[in-house]
Amino acid sequence: MHIPDGYLGPATCGVFYAVMLPIWALASRIVKKTLKARQVPMLAIGAAFSFVIMMFNVPIPGGTTGHAVGGVLVAILLGPWAACIAITVALVIQALLFGDGGITAIGANCFNMAFVLPFAGYYIYKAISYNAPRGSNRRVIAAGIAGYIALNIAAGLTGFEFGIQPLLHKTASGQALYCPYGLNVALPVMLGEHLIVFGWVEAIVTGLVVKYLQKHENYY
Amino acid sequence: MKIITKFWIGIAALILLAPLGLILPEYFKAGSAWGEWGADEMKELVGYIPQGLEKLSSLWSAPIPDYAFKGWGEKGLAHLSFAYIVSAALGILLIVLIVLLLGKALVRKEKK
Repeated sequence: MHIPDGYLGPATCGVFYAVMLPIWALASRIVKKTLKARQVPMLAIGAAFSFVIMMFNVPIPGGTTGHAVGGVLVAILLGPWAACIAITVALVIQALLFGDGGITAIGANCFNMAFVLPFAGYYIYKAISYNAPRGSNRRVIAAGIAGYIALNIAAGLTGFEFGIQPLLHKTASGQALYCPYGLNVALPVMLGEHLIVFGWVEAIVTGLVVKYLQKHENYY
Repeated sequence: MKIITKFWIGIAALILLAPLGLILPEYFKAGSAWGEWGADEMKELVGYIPQGLEKLSSLWSAPIPDYAFKGWGEKGLAHLSFAYIVSAALGILLIVLIVLLLGKALVRKEKK
């Protein structure tokens, strides 16, 4: 789901940077107000967790690979605004140091994985676990479903961003300038592989950690 | 044990296990993630390298591209796994430093 440099045209890259700047500013302000000093190490753990979980590439035999983002768990633990900051730090390090995701696409990648994913996951979790008692299974299931749906929303968005490129940018001879696959390919492929395989990884990771925290720490 | 200690142990375990994310795709003959091909792969897939993509794709040269040390591409899975673990540890070290600095800047000290 890490869009590399060259797949999105300058217009798309610019739009997503422009969208993310106020979100990052707002996230900083809200985290400044709500996060206590003793929670900062948890924020570091959240960012580290998201970073390393994205290194676990899961194969579709003979096909492509994909991975969980861990962002829904971070959002459930720390809230969506703190999760936005944590995942952004992970994505920026991945892009700058490891070339995983493009520099020009940091805005788009952060929109998909550091903004939409944790917010969608957080509110789906809150809705399903509404009024569920502490330690109940409904909270575990809510976490799993939130992980599954949020990762798929992010994947669908990524597919959409890839897919509109041939509509936006073409040479006179009809060749694509950036991502050559249109919506008819990019959207079903990105959604399909995450619905069938990678979404379940996010669901299991999110659900299992919430279950663990229920059992051993009396959280949730 | 404090919960935060348990989380750090979990992160350390994930760093050591990270090469699974390299070995399993190799074993099951899975290629790149969709939409994350290099220029050569792109040429094989669609027959040409889109001009804009060619220009932008070389914009940034990452110091540890794809979590592997430069020039280690042909060294085999054991070397790549080692580089993967070092990359994970290095990445997390930097991330922790950045978040602690951000935390210093953002978060007010609690009154005792």
